[in-house]
Amino acid sequence: MSEQQPTHRPDADEPATEAATAEEVAAEGTPTEEASSEDAGARPVTTGSESVVRALETAGVEHLFGVQGGAIMPVYDALYDSAMDHVTMAHEQGAAHAADAYGIVSGDPGVCLATSGPGATNLVTGLADASLDSDPMIALTGQVPTAMVGSDAFQEADTTGITSPVTKENYFASDADTVGDAVGEAFALADEGRQGPTLVDLPKDVTNGATDREPDEGKTPETYDPPERADEEAVETAADAIASAERPVILAGGGVIKAEACDDLRQFATEYGVPVVTTMPAVGAFPEDRDLAMEMAGMHGTGYANMAITHCDAMFAVGTRFDDRLTGGVETFAPEAEIVHADIDPAEISKNVHADYPLLGDAGTVIEQVHAALAEERDTDMAATGERWQEWREQCLMWKDEYPMDYAAPADAPLKPQFVVEAVDAATADDTIVTTGVGQHQMWAVQYWTYTEPRTWVSSHGLGTMGYGLPSAIGARFAADDDQSVVCFDGDGSFLMTLQELAVAVRENLDITVFVLNNEAVGMVRQWQDGFFEGRRMASEYPWVPDFETLAEAFGARGYTIDDEGEVEDVVSEALAHDGPSVVDAHIDPTENVYPMVPSGGANGEFVLAEDQL
Amino acid sequence: MTEGLQGPAPDERPQPSGRRNAQGIRIDPAVAAEPASRRTVISALVENEPGVLATISGLVSRRQFNIESLTVGTTTNPETSRVTLVIEEPEPGVRQVEKQLDKVINVISVRELGDDAVRRELVVLKVHGEEPDKVHAVTEMYDGTTLDAGPRTVTVQITGDEQKIDDAIDAFRQFGIRELARTGQTALARGEEWTTHAEEERYERTQS
Ligand SMILES: Cc1ncc(C[n+]2csc(CCOP(=O)(O)OP(=O)(O)O)c2C)c(N)n1
Repeated sequence: MSEQQPTHRPDADEPATEAATAEEVAAEGTPTEEASSEDAGARPVTTGSESVVRALETAGVEHLFGVQGGAIMPVYDALYDSAMDHVTMAHEQGAAHAADAYGIVSGDPGVCLATSGPGATNLVTGLADASLDSDPMIALTGQVPTAMVGSDAFQEADTTGITSPVTKENYFASDADTVGDAVGEAFALADEGRQGPTLVDLPKDVTNGATDREPDEGKTPETYDPPERADEEAVETAADAIASAERPVILAGGGVIKAEACDDLRQFATEYGVPVVTTMPAVGAFPEDRDLAMEMAGMHGTGYANMAITHCDAMFAVGTRFDDRLTGGVETFAPEAEIVHADIDPAEISKNVHADYPLLGDAGTVIEQVHAALAEERDTDMAATGERWQEWREQCLMWKDEYPMDYAAPADAPLKPQFVVEAVDAATADDTIVTTGVGQHQMWAVQYWTYTEPRTWVSSHGLGTMGYGLPSAIGARFAADDDQSVVCFDGDGSFLMTLQELAVAVRENLDITVFVLNNEAVGMVRQWQDGFFEGRRMASEYPWVPDFETLAEAFGARGYTIDDEGEVEDVVSEALAHDGPSVVDAHIDPTENVYPMVPSGGANGEFVLAEDQL
Repeated sequence: MTEGLQGPAPDERPQPSGRRNAQGIRIDPAVAAEPASRRTVISALVENEPGVLATISGLVSRRQFNIESLTVGTTTNPETSRVTLVIEEPEPGVRQVEKQLDKVINVISVRELGDDAVRRELVVLKVHGEEPDKVHAVTEMYDGTTLDAGPRTVTVQITGDEQKIDDAIDAFRQFGIRELARTGQTALARGEEWTTHAEEERYERTQS
């Protein structure tokens, strides 16, 4: 928050104005909860910028992440009078990742702002990241005045052109009267159907332009009509296929979490006793401490998950796009399975893996529909389902015994990164939110932490963006409950990419603990060089990383260093207990690698457990 | 901890006997068929918003669809345009082009046209003018029109289906073609069939 509190800032404790009807107040509980939108209603719109701000308020936005600049200044000026909380980030990429993580944790679109030109281009990585992960997010960018567009003006970039491939939809606002509607529509689109990032480009003359039009309630355009319920007949045949299988699995994708369908998934899987495999974005959708949980499949998934998908004869895939990190080579992906694929986006059906039984609809609704259809069958030939699949379940459990997630830690070995992850998991509550950078540390964080709740795993899946960890922890912190912990596992390479955001964490006094699993290398690259490039470690070793403890202190955060296992427990609990940002520089065994591993394009069932199996 | 990862090595594990092809379709490994490509016409009705064409062409290039031609023009409704794409893709690719186009917010309706669709293309070509009579004869043969004739060049226009245009161009080669411009195909569904559903709906609406 800025030092000078704006004097005319609406007081959050102010009682509701007459604008609120008696019913509204009664329905919403205490009038103070509604204070911000009530106050907003009392303020007439006079400019395009105010209309933009009004549209955000109407959509229920509480936090915005951004960086100031010339072309976006009118919008910031309008924000001066709003009760929404703006978090100034150090870099626009940080703003985009923070908004993205906010969207993942809260389920509602996170909002980021940037100025034209470099501000907008700095958002691109974050937009691409949100786009590949279907995260709800909206970006507002300043633009040079309409009359100068196309003239290579100062800080001009073709933002809608540049971001078109990485947004669900983008808009170039052309009129002060309708700019608020565009923002409302962008917000609604980011949230509805398959979620994703949207962008509104705001020329300065449009935001400065005079208007007294209150924006409409944000809604998606008429041509946008995502399916809700799957076709009944298709559901029946799909349910038949599952019922007649001998070795069924559920493959839960990120869409299950996005659609708030985790309870439906849990009920379905438990009632029928079907093992559940998740993709990386779906980590947390099904509690990993259950027998039925096969956990994450794919390149660095568990051995048992990869065995289960390789040997299943029916797969109920929900809300997944069959990314190549999951499938390995498609020729060998679930090669014996009839695939039932439920998705809200028709274009995902048979895009990468052919769907034998496509079901178009919302993940929760479709799971319920299939559940109900199976329940009918159960009265007839499914009577012995539980028993019929018993053998398969036992096979899955055997694979869990055969390929446990484990790591070797000889007595005199340097600190193992997996040990650090396990120690932090043990010291924190189940609902702790974990964010990560990208690399080996990300994989250890997903493999050695037991996720039991959705929206507690925040990571860059599809784009694999190094530098995602810290800014996403900041965004997650704003979306999390006050008593929920937020920790970030980062690599030294990833941390170096966005660590300037520590300044923001310190300024806002955010309770975040960053664990840098420091191997003085871009370890994942080094692992591949050792495995596939005869150990030629070109540009992958970073023996010059700074002392992260001192660096944290320089930013005003708390810093710690751990060198061996004996120190871990104390330092972890001290860092977690600190109320504010802290950074733990964990000097880990630089030779440690991530296994199991499916070499890219390989067969999932042929995951290797050590380098000598490559 | 301390044991490390265990279990049989990759080659000691049970192997599945099934297989899929590159499109992810389950196949008999002995037969291993890949679907053949086919050439087809996709018609999309789009809103006349700025940037729609850029979005569509960007989409096509980004996803590496094999595109033969793309034409655009307005329809009976001034608020919409028809985009006609000729693509060459295997069956799954054709379905992807359709679905990806349909995802574009400003695209109202998309359909693949059948083989019997009425398709037309226009070529304007300019040949050397030394033998004007012969050029004229070829033009007549292809029901073309002479647009410009001078002492050094003759410019003609030919319309027809793709094959006819190809043949005509071949025929004109004897004179030496200086330049040519082809439009790419544009098409409508044949007979009573509607090209896109949205147009049918609009037609019904405006009639009643
Ligand atoms: C922005 C970006 N640049 C490059 C890469 C390629 N890359 C993938 S993993 C990796 C190594 C990450 O190193 P670090 O963050 O130190 O994590 P570690 O693997 O050592 O745990 C690199 C360079 C990437 N994913 N993202």
